[in-house]
Amino acid sequence: MNPFPHYSSHKEKLKLLSSGSLNLEENVRQFIGRIEQNIHLNCYLQVYKEEAIARAQEISNKITNGTGGKAAGMVVAIKDVLSIKDKVTSSGSKILSGFLPLYTATAVQRLIDEDAIIIGKTNCDEFAMGSSNENSAFGKVLNPVDESCVPGGSSGGSAAAVTAGLCDAALGTDTGGSIRQPAAFCGIFGLKPTYSRVSRYGLTAFASSFDTIGPMTNNLYDLALILELIAGTDERDASSAPLPVPRYSVNLTSEEKLTIAIPREYFTAGLQSEIRDKVEELKSFLSVQGYDVIDVDLPMTEYAIAAYYVLITAEASSNLARYDGARYGFRTATSGNISDMYTQSRTEGLGKEVKRRIVLGTYVLSSGYYDAYYAKAQKIRRLIKEDFDKAFQKADIILTPTTPTTAFKLGEKSDNPLEMYLSDIYTTGANLAGIPGISIPLGKDSRGLPIGIQFLTKQFNEENLLKFSNFVVQNFKS
Amino acid sequence: MSVTIEQVKYTAALARLQFSDEELVKLSEDLNQILKYMDKMNEIDTSDVEPLSYPVDVRKPLREDEVLPGVTREEALRNAPEHDEKFFKVPKVINQS
Repeated sequence: MNPFPHYSSHKEKLKLLSSGSLNLEENVRQFIGRIEQNIHLNCYLQVYKEEAIARAQEISNKITNGTGGKAAGMVVAIKDVLSIKDKVTSSGSKILSGFLPLYTATAVQRLIDEDAIIIGKTNCDEFAMGSSNENSAFGKVLNPVDESCVPGGSSGGSAAAVTAGLCDAALGTDTGGSIRQPAAFCGIFGLKPTYSRVSRYGLTAFASSFDTIGPMTNNLYDLALILELIAGTDERDASSAPLPVPRYSVNLTSEEKLTIAIPREYFTAGLQSEIRDKVEELKSFLSVQGYDVIDVDLPMTEYAIAAYYVLITAEASSNLARYDGARYGFRTATSGNISDMYTQSRTEGLGKEVKRRIVLGTYVLSSGYYDAYYAKAQKIRRLIKEDFDKAFQKADIILTPTTPTTAFKLGEKSDNPLEMYLSDIYTTGANLAGIPGISIPLGKDSRGLPIGIQFLTKQFNEENLLKFSNFVVQNFKS
Repeated sequence: MSVTIEQVKYTAALARLQFSDEELVKLSEDLNQILKYMDKMNEIDTSDVEPLSYPVDVRKPLREDEVLPGVTREEALRNAPEHDEKFFKVPKVINQS
């Protein structure tokens, strides 16, 4: 499906670059040409054409001299909620249009330090709030596999850019599925790391106890490589975990026959039959391969969406209070006192879904409703985490569909927020429990739309997730 | 629980947001549908469950408290919608007529 690039991973790209059979500047120009040809997909908000070409020349020399970094020449797109110093970072919102960050996000800086080439900023749902990329102030993104469908969200621009061959890889963010769901809809790989695995410094805050940053790629090796480069503690993010980071990409093979669990509650009426069949196929395959495949219960699953949307709207209403038109961002042109200025700037600068979530979040935190909603949801969150803890006492990996359906049509759910929220049913659990999750593409449905399968594991156990995924990718023929 | 249009209007005002009457009707409908769904949480007895506000146990020790260069005034002002040489400018806060 992916006609470009022609190499299978960054490992191969680096070999081609080192041997001289691939010219990096030409490669970057090809990406730019493709971005220009696919402008209608609306993947990119900014493209750093001249700079990327200049970087390509510089890094090409480093590769020749043997001084190139681990990501030397990798052409990477960055979701617009991640700051790059002096580059417009709007987070998909009118209220931040034209905003010029004073610093670069740690995750991005670590890629730059390893000689990746940042090609541009990708479109996303406003403040990463959405499951379809229809909530961007800068227009919707189309799914390159079928342009009448959504690419998923909120990292829809990043997913579509990888799928359409408009970059080698991309960074996305995942608060409730925003890496894994678009990865599934677009037929690529996406990894949501353990909460606190990757520094959030320079990430526009949405729901601070849920937000994670992770890679989106067209192959598993690159996913492992990018994670190993961006993960690890950071003095600028006090919540970043002070734990060592394995060299995930060095060894992706494992002979270990793990125990794989299938949660019964994930196979309900709303699940598309072709996705269910794919899980069954994979299940049989794993049994034949000697894996112990068991059923587990995650009884709190049906409460995940309710708890998730209470908690994230509460956190968002607090985080987004900073957008008031006073110190940065959009300010209303209407005159009035300072209170009018705040209200009008926010009312004109924020989009419909973001405002809906702020009102909902303010409501669930307000006096009289706090215990019924916010405190209740925090308790449900603990029960959900305990469900996963119990399951991981029996199993190494939990196997689920990433999404209940393949990519839906543009406009199909945009008038019904609850229906849109329910499409996150299989992904929010990982964010509530802080555990890592991966979505890998496994075949297509009868309409040719990609099917994504999700694997979840214990906190800080990304290595297992990547090795197991690699086994499936290498051996399971979908 | 369900919310009235007046409650939605009041909550929006707390969040410094304003909606037209027409928007308020749709927003109230949406919120009621969502809140009704959230009420599902009441099926679970959580009387002896501690709230969970943070999903991981790994905590980082505090770093030494050192004085490091911060953001310059010029940098701090560069994204401001309105400013003079030294300050952010906003509508008058005191002595409002």
